Amino acid sequence: MSRGGLVLLLSAILPICLLMAVMLGAVALPASGVLGALTGLGTPDTRLALIVDYIRLPRALLTALVGALLAICGAAMQGLFRNPLADPSLIGVTAGASAGASLVIVFAGTLTGLAGLSLVSLGAFAGGTVAVMLVYRLATGPAGTSVATMLLAGIAIGAIAGSLTSLLEFYADNDMLRRISLWRMGGLDGANWPRVAVVAGVALVVFAVVPAQARALNALLLGESEARHLGVAVDAVKRRLVLIVAAGVGVSVAVAGAIAFVGLVVPHIVRLLIGPDHRWLLPASALAGAILLLVADTLARIVIAPTELPVGLLTALLGAPFFISLLRRRREYDL
Amino acid sequence: MTSANTLTVEALSVTLGGRTCLHDVSVDIRAGEVLAVIGPNGAGKSSLIHTVIGDHRLSAGQIGLAGRPLADYADRERACHIALLPQASALTFPFRVRDVVLLGRGPHASGARIDARIVEAACAATDVTHLMDRVYTQLSGGEKQRAQLARVLAQIWRAEDAGARLLLLDEPVAALDLGHQQQIMTRVRAFARDGVAVMIVLHDITLAARHADQMLALRDGAVIAQGTPAEVVTPAHLQQLFDIQARVIAHPASGTPVVLHA
Repeated sequence: MSRGGLVLLLSAILPICLLMAVMLGAVALPASGVLGALTGLGTPDTRLALIVDYIRLPRALLTALVGALLAICGAAMQGLFRNPLADPSLIGVTAGASAGASLVIVFAGTLTGLAGLSLVSLGAFAGGTVAVMLVYRLATGPAGTSVATMLLAGIAIGAIAGSLTSLLEFYADNDMLRRISLWRMGGLDGANWPRVAVVAGVALVVFAVVPAQARALNALLLGESEARHLGVAVDAVKRRLVLIVAAGVGVSVAVAGAIAFVGLVVPHIVRLLIGPDHRWLLPASALAGAILLLVADTLARIVIAPTELPVGLLTALLGAPFFISLLRRRREYDL
Repeated sequence: MTSANTLTVEALSVTLGGRTCLHDVSVDIRAGEVLAVIGPNGAGKSSLIHTVIGDHRLSAGQIGLAGRPLADYADRERACHIALLPQASALTFPFRVRDVVLLGRGPHASGARIDARIVEAACAATDVTHLMDRVYTQLSGGEKQRAQLARVLAQIWRAEDAGARLLLLDEPVAALDLGHQQQIMTRVRAFARDGVAVMIVLHDITLAARHADQMLALRDGAVIAQGTPAEVVTPAHLQQLFDIQARVIAHPASGTPVVLHA
């Protein structure tokens, strides 16, 4: 498939998925009514308009933004680490965010309702940011930032954050335990307009900065000194990408919990289709990530409606078989 | 201007990790000239090449490119003048050969049309035209080396992109068969004739003597000998460099020194 063709195709599929995400759910809405509510035309149906405005639309937008953020950040990390198996959690974001969220759930567990929900998000974001800062500081010496050290530091910080989370779970009561484990599975049921606004703000920065590093990332795949010899300011690019990915993944994890596999698998699928050139890989991954998460979240809402499955369950369920098939054909793919 | 040196290395010393790996090395390369660097493993040949492109800090001496101190060049500007082919490459992503070579055009803003033409020409120069649409990771070691060489040549392909051009090659023919060794060395020579200064690390001393204008022999970071191939390639120097007994005869056709192992 041609590279431009894929980007065009994905750009065409995304609005359809958005529309489907708004239409489908515990109550199926007719396409004409949804389009009418979205555009403000046609006969107003108050009940339908309420569902669209307050529930479905913010959720669909949040889902698309989170999916796009996770996928583009995953693609950037895989390029930066020159490792197709890297994903954003590698630099400790997810583990740190889990620890932060668990801390809030256990110690501020009495604060429920809307305030409690956003406190958990703040805890997750703070935890993710602290973890990345530690990883980055550990890997940065007078000679610059070592990507290999960053990988190992990510494992170490991730392990510490993991045992902190386990310790919190040990002390948590049954209700807290359930909330921690639900949070970990990921879910977009907390979607509302303020959250969409926050995530859209961060996404705007990520989508502006990350694709601008595409050429540098291509050169980095040759090796760090080769990239430097091609005139790339390697350390500045690394710092920029780590910070921006921390913000992008941090905010995604904060609003949607730990959603597995989107950041890992989506860039893989895209790379299989159009190759590793970041100028195309980054935008195509963002689009494909939005589509995958929209499909997964729509399924999560309708398979056992009116109860919702955690979306993280479905992304893993959709992602893992693909990943296994990828491992089986790693020879031709040259992992 | 015509006789100006592209590269001037004066009394260069470099210390890496507490170990002196280059000591008091001075060398000049003019546009169009090929300098071959020889010496045993760990002699500082690669360190010299990497110091010239700015990877290592100098502990003494200076390096000038086209009459300006190397340190004055910004990364991007330097990349328009100097290209380096490393010993090995870490590329493990499935780029097509065409895309790998195109990476060499990264520092320039010459436009997609011109870049595509340069990529074609550079691929032809290193005999990888038939591999251009193959995936890099599936090539053999020698084919990868030639693709990387095409990338490096593309980086400093045109005289109009940068006045002074310097090509640094670290064992470019180590993985190549005899036919491609000959072909690549001939291409490097032709590239030099186009006004590029070339510094090339070679283990095959006969091959180096055949294609170089000047040679530099290093051992333990110090210069053992320096000059024309005939001056450098002598049994005494080979003894000093490699602790071997060797005979040197003149090539029947070119008259350049040929090393015979005792």
